[in-house]
Amino acid sequence: MSDQAIVEKLKAKFSSEVLNVVEFRGETTVTVNKEQIVEICTFMRDKFGFNLLCDLCGVDYMGTSPRFMVVYNLYNIATKKRIRIKAPVEEKNANIDTVSTVWGTANWHERECWDLMGIKFNNHPDLRRILMPADWEGHPLRKDYPVQGPDREPYQGRLS
Amino acid sequence: MGIEQPAASKTLGSGFVTTSLDKLVNWSRASSMWPLTFGLACCAIEMMATGAARFDLDRMGILFRASPRQADVIIIAGTVTKKMVPVIQTVYEQMPEPRYVIAMGACASSGGIFDTYSTVQGVDEFLPVDVYIPGCPPRPEGLLYGLMKLQDKIRAERNTFGAAIGVGDVIQNKA
Repeated sequence: MSDQAIVEKLKAKFSSEVLNVVEFRGETTVTVNKEQIVEICTFMRDKFGFNLLCDLCGVDYMGTSPRFMVVYNLYNIATKKRIRIKAPVEEKNANIDTVSTVWGTANWHERECWDLMGIKFNNHPDLRRILMPADWEGHPLRKDYPVQGPDREPYQGRLS
Repeated sequence: MGIEQPAASKTLGSGFVTTSLDKLVNWSRASSMWPLTFGLACCAIEMMATGAARFDLDRMGILFRASPRQADVIIIAGTVTKKMVPVIQTVYEQMPEPRYVIAMGACASSGGIFDTYSTVQGVDEFLPVDVYIPGCPPRPEGLLYGLMKLQDKIRAERNTFGAAIGVGDVIQNKA
């Protein structure tokens, strides 16, 4: 099934949820509302055989609203097809439903996203930090997090 | 290597050597520095190369030990993250005294290129470092030179054994 056919069926099922569809160099990206992300992901898995979640990550578009985007890269092992789903998440009370019930691998990916980006995943079975120490404060991959940590003078360049 | 007779020793016929306790203790310690098998990043690759056939640390009596209980030296070979600090401290505290620390490479010495929130800016923030080895990573010759510098440092110790068994204090060398 072609990407267009998949997108058409997705649009037919979730007409009010699909915000935008972009195709660039053969890669299809569908932006959807975050409210029904679990249903959309389940639909993609069961209907089109996207049985592998390659990656789940957060992107910080600081200065725009909504600030964050959670990106799901899906893969169909049988047909070797890929598709990307994105869901915008606002800065205030950043949260989105977990898809760890759809793909088990999302569990740790969502923990990483929470750890580094500070996006909460509702109904996640075990939302702890995964990379940073357990008592760490802040989410270091956010654009407003100082690179050298909050307790140090920021680097001013070699000659300063 | 081998048994070098210190200038102050005297031979009393065949099979007897008189020397100071310091010289004997320092000789034995410097001739069997056993480092802990402990690597953190790319420096560990160079450390393994130094231990392997081409550079062969065994010829200097330096054998990697897999347990901190049997190790004399810990070579901090690589980038130390803040999350790793409690692990390194635990391993260091498990080592028997006398114990020595070598900071191998730019990262262990100063944080190196990783001037970031998650990286320790030099392992000397929490361990007493004896020898710093520059390089990114240091070549095996560099590590060998650092180990020989540590041997020199051990040979220059005065009354560390005596202090450990309760006879006097350690005599500090004048720098």
